[in-house]
Amino acid sequence: MSERKLKVALAGNANVGKSVIFNQLTGLHQHVGNWPGKTVERAEGTLFFGDIEIEVIDLPGIYSLSTYSIEELISREYIAVEQPDVIVNVVDASALERNLAFTVQLLELEPRMVVALNQIDVAESKGVIVYTEELSRLLGVPVVPTVAVKGAGLSELMERVVEAAGKREKAKPREYGTEIEEQVNSIASMIEAETPYPRRWIAVKLLEGDEEITAAVYGQQPDLRAEVDDAVATIEEIHSHDISSVIASERYALASAFAHESSSHVVPERGIREALADATTHPVWGYIFMTASILTIFFVIFSFGDWLAGALDEAFTVVKMVYFNALGSGSAATFIWDAVIDGFIGGVVVALPYIGPFYLVLSVLEDSGYLARVAFLMDSAMHAIGLHGKGFIPVMLGFGCNVPAVLGARIMETERERLICAFVASLVPCAARSIVIMGLVASYVGFRWAMLLYLIDFVLIFVLGRIAYRVAPDEPVGLIMEIPGYRLPSLRTTAQRTWFRLRGFVFEAFPIMIAGNFVIQVAAVLGVLGVVEEWMSPVTVGWLGLPSAAGVVLIFGVLRKELTLILLGSLLGGNDFSLFLSPVQMFVFAFVVMVYVPCISTVAALVKEFGYRAAAAISTAEIFTAMLLGGVILRVLLALGLP
Amino acid sequence: MSSESVEEYLEAIYGFNEQGELARNQELSEKLKVSPPSVTQMIKRLADEGLVEYEPYRGACLTGKGMALAQKVVRKHRLIERFLYDFLKLPLEKVHAEACRMEHGVSDEAAVALCKAMNNPETCPDDDPIPECPLNVESCGECEEAREAAGPEHPLTTQLSNLKPGEEGRVTFIRGGRQASQRIMDMGLTPGTYVKMVKAAPFKGPVEVEVRGTSLALGRGLANHVFVNVEDEGKPWLRAHPHGPHHGAAPH
Repeated sequence: MSERKLKVALAGNANVGKSVIFNQLTGLHQHVGNWPGKTVERAEGTLFFGDIEIEVIDLPGIYSLSTYSIEELISREYIAVEQPDVIVNVVDASALERNLAFTVQLLELEPRMVVALNQIDVAESKGVIVYTEELSRLLGVPVVPTVAVKGAGLSELMERVVEAAGKREKAKPREYGTEIEEQVNSIASMIEAETPYPRRWIAVKLLEGDEEITAAVYGQQPDLRAEVDDAVATIEEIHSHDISSVIASERYALASAFAHESSSHVVPERGIREALADATTHPVWGYIFMTASILTIFFVIFSFGDWLAGALDEAFTVVKMVYFNALGSGSAATFIWDAVIDGFIGGVVVALPYIGPFYLVLSVLEDSGYLARVAFLMDSAMHAIGLHGKGFIPVMLGFGCNVPAVLGARIMETERERLICAFVASLVPCAARSIVIMGLVASYVGFRWAMLLYLIDFVLIFVLGRIAYRVAPDEPVGLIMEIPGYRLPSLRTTAQRTWFRLRGFVFEAFPIMIAGNFVIQVAAVLGVLGVVEEWMSPVTVGWLGLPSAAGVVLIFGVLRKELTLILLGSLLGGNDFSLFLSPVQMFVFAFVVMVYVPCISTVAALVKEFGYRAAAAISTAEIFTAMLLGGVILRVLLALGLP
Repeated sequence: MSSESVEEYLEAIYGFNEQGELARNQELSEKLKVSPPSVTQMIKRLADEGLVEYEPYRGACLTGKGMALAQKVVRKHRLIERFLYDFLKLPLEKVHAEACRMEHGVSDEAAVALCKAMNNPETCPDDDPIPECPLNVESCGECEEAREAAGPEHPLTTQLSNLKPGEEGRVTFIRGGRQASQRIMDMGLTPGTYVKMVKAAPFKGPVEVEVRGTSLALGRGLANHVFVNVEDEGKPWLRAHPHGPHHGAAPH
């Protein structure tokens, strides 16, 4: 028998255990990256089922196939264009009705499909029993009950997938009410435009006024618009609601009917989960619990990170010794170390120790259901800086390190919100910047001045956040999300996901960090830095009133901000800064370091998530702000008569 | 109790709640010129009817139902004030009392027509906001048609965000941008769906609602876009005018 290959896509709502199924199926054979040019995670993997190689792709968790979010666009394009052999629709048995509304939409794309009825154990504990055969009959596709966290039902699921792949027939859309179905069919029969989508689906999307589809179809077939408008008018006349309400209602009516016919429901007693759910969004206890958890998260991420960073640093010091002992300290060896190896070490020591635990914690927060509660509690506060509640986690993480903060921005729904969130997060004073603020301003000028710097930064975040909110394209979106029940995250899924995300980060961000380091070191060797320092002096000396050495310091600060202090000390010739800098200069220097540009690791994260253009725009905006306001602050402080 | 005095109470409580305050019995008694004991008695009855929630010693606030009814009356009141002031050129100090007498006799249909005739004013002459149009229209262009379809008395509708924890309503329509309303409907809040308020976050934060067996969090802004019918099923529950608009107004 020759080896067969199958392509399978997992699709379903968020929080249904889709990733758990993915991880159970593919184990360690997976790759996590981004969809090309998008801030959306793309997880692919392979498994062997008998002699069949099955390639599995985990589509993003979504609720609809409209164009509201990038995830939805990606998913529908993937299904229609890539045409996977089988779609596995993962359905949460404990929230059947809402999940089936998405199933109804998937069926409209007419793929070969199998439904994985997941979390039947959770459903049973909620008093819901689903009759799978009945559900299968209603949907017209196989339904396999699964408990993904335990791996139950997955091999049967794969058997059905292989069976379905071998069949000619595809899933059929379920029918709406006759008055709508008539219009849909008549539009469908008139479509001549070439698209990868099934005709009926196109017809429905034309009626709904889907931007992408209308543009594509009317571009080829402009006369169809009048027919569609007529059909819309007819339907709206009958239902006295606008067409998108009518169609959404039709889908939910189908989902509701399927759910009621295929399940029975008894109301269970309230358990510990419900009590916990109540307490964690309580107007008083909720905030107390949240503060405590966030402090704990901080403590865990950063104490572990610090420890690991320190340990790695020591280890690399040994490596460095061995290296120079072996090769001697000639200029070639030094150059290779500084320009190539040090960039890599920087990535390992600075970024990884914090990003590993961050990915772990984020995964647990997402899977346990707590993230949704935090977003609920913080929504109104986050509106002040132009974001909704989900943005709180990344922004808060920024205080530790901006890199995980930028990566965490992907929990927002749209590209617009993600970009604003990452931008705001990159302005948050991270631990490295706090070192400069504390080490310079707090110790030499006074603690209150250090606090003033933080205050200025918060005002800046507020103002720039509002500006970004105004200038960013597209309309802002409010908070709308499911609040899932509490669940214990699966250890295996959490570990696997953390590992693969971490690996993805290393592959995508490390080259940028290494290249950045290389460029700066080469410039140093070629003596370009002196020229740059001179070239920068109108700004650094003239406008900011700093010693000219600050120019080089600021350039190297891009690599690691906490090193700016040490570097400044060594260039100025000592570690007592009060000998070389006036209090005002210290304040201005710390301010500039705080704001001027995210460090190279953060820039790398920005590039990874948003591309070079956005990363460059954010960096430029921040350099400009830092330089402009730095000079203003200098003049204000001097005008106030400070030394 | 007469529906008119119910309306007067709800209107007064609305006035306090609008400022973000609970309505205290003492203040209500001053505002309505009624003795404190009768205020206490009336508040208790309103609470029994599910129109207000009363916290002893702190005051009363409107439930979703109470809000729906209050919005209806306040809307009429403020539209009439606008009309008296702008069109009939009555002096500002007289329009309030006049509107108080007229508001109970105007049908819902006529109120909508008045709104249309004045180009959908946003505030009354005292600059207080006029509650939003309760009909399923995107713009005033659809006013006549919607008015025709709705008949003389409109069902009790209010924004989802006004429901109190535990209260239920049925989605009637979603107002707002295409994207926002599409999103809301994608999550299951389609017209006709029953939705139950679970809780509201403090500081005008989001609301948590139960719909189709799942919990949803909605930002306050989005929850303001969703209009729900808060009438009890089956019984056309306390209507402002049980016998239609021409029911004789009680002496005032």
